[in-house]
Amino acid sequence: MSQEANMRRVTAIKNGTVIDHIPAGEALSVLKMLGIEGYMSNPVSLVMNVPSKKMGAKDIIKVEDRELTQNELDRLALVASDASVAIIRAYSVAEKLEINLTEEVVNVARCTFSNCITTNHREPLPHRLVVTSRDPLELRCRYCGKTQDLEGLLDNLL
Amino acid sequence: MPGLITMDDLTNEEIISLLDDAEKLLPVARGELYLPLLQGRILGNLFFEPSTRTRMSFETAMKRLGGDVVNLGDVKTSSVVKGETLFDTIQMVDGYTDIIAMRHPRQGAAQYACDSARVPIMNGGDGAGHHPTQTMLDLFTIRQAHGTLEGLNVVLAGDLRYGRTVHSLSHALVRFGCNVTFASPDSLKMPEEIVADLREHGAEVVETDNLLDQINGADVIYMTRIQKERFPDEEEYAKVAGAYKLHARDLDGAKAEMIIMHPLPRVNEIHPSVDSTRHACYFEQAFNGVVARMALMCWLLDVKIPEDVNSAGGVL
Repeated sequence: MSQEANMRRVTAIKNGTVIDHIPAGEALSVLKMLGIEGYMSNPVSLVMNVPSKKMGAKDIIKVEDRELTQNELDRLALVASDASVAIIRAYSVAEKLEINLTEEVVNVARCTFSNCITTNHREPLPHRLVVTSRDPLELRCRYCGKTQDLEGLLDNLL
Repeated sequence: MPGLITMDDLTNEEIISLLDDAEKLLPVARGELYLPLLQGRILGNLFFEPSTRTRMSFETAMKRLGGDVVNLGDVKTSSVVKGETLFDTIQMVDGYTDIIAMRHPRQGAAQYACDSARVPIMNGGDGAGHHPTQTMLDLFTIRQAHGTLEGLNVVLAGDLRYGRTVHSLSHALVRFGCNVTFASPDSLKMPEEIVADLREHGAEVVETDNLLDQINGADVIYMTRIQKERFPDEEEYAKVAGAYKLHARDLDGAKAEMIIMHPLPRVNEIHPSVDSTRHACYFEQAFNGVVARMALMCWLLDVKIPEDVNSAGGVL
């Protein structure tokens, strides 16, 4: 199926953000990481497991009337570091953004180690996960030093 | 604020310099010399879980140097039971004190406290994480016995999975080019990520479940306690723990200068018959906690130790 056909699965948006090339099956995690939930008023379109030349299969998300910021997008590095992001204005791509994996992932997810000090939800300091390897992705908690279980992190999103 | 949370906070040069400082302070720790380098300073002892040696040696170190100590006391009667966060406890205590020693059951608590505090934090153990001040006294003891830290054959034995002292110590030993052998039952092996870290630093790490085979080649045997509660039943515990006991008769083929260390308390892992051998070093090791912590507190509080402590100090 062509790229065009994929994009036609949902209508073009007038204004907002399109996140393409999300690894197949991760779109819901991406929404969770961006804090996009059902009760919000913006229309959100989502397609999952559509064919992709580059990736075999992929997910796409379109968020209408909302331009995601670079900070918001950088949170996605944990699940969709190679996703492509376009800001749409008046049906045209106005800007292309990249997702950056910063040296430290702050307040995105809680440490996955059950005996870490940060598992006390009332402790106020930020949750800080240090990137110790980019490929393959490896993160360690700044406080307890434990290597993070990447799947577990998705259950620990803040 | 600088503190000592893991051994990574110290360079090898800083470690050696601290050990040199500790050596100078031996007569002060023994009570033979009065040297009030930390007069007017207050140590906050925050032990959120039981401690005998670490807490007492921090307290002794501060008092021998003329300073004073305030204690959190029993956690059961402090604000902690009322649900106070560690962050809030630290905000309060660092207003009362100049430096804090802390032990906490949660891993990462010391780094968390360090990020929250204005005064230096010394990690006295965080869960199964790190215990760097113990490592400093261990290194002091090893250097005192062998004159060097470099190139020694060190066997770490017993509970290597949960024993935080061996986690910190193995990192430090590898940095000084020691050969480390881990002797433990399979269920209590050194955590994989620590072994991987050590290998990444170029260390040749040997893992075995046979302690007795390692005795003759060792310069240091570092014993740890195997805790009953780590095992599903008594029988399993007895079987495993029995293989990690030292008796004087096991030491016949040991090198003359080999030392046996233990962070204490011991239960059955070192038989009392070992105490009278030339190899027993664990009580001296416990004493060395005082000098190691004296040197560390002076360093963190930016107090220089005089070259000639004898002429700088007075009679008690």
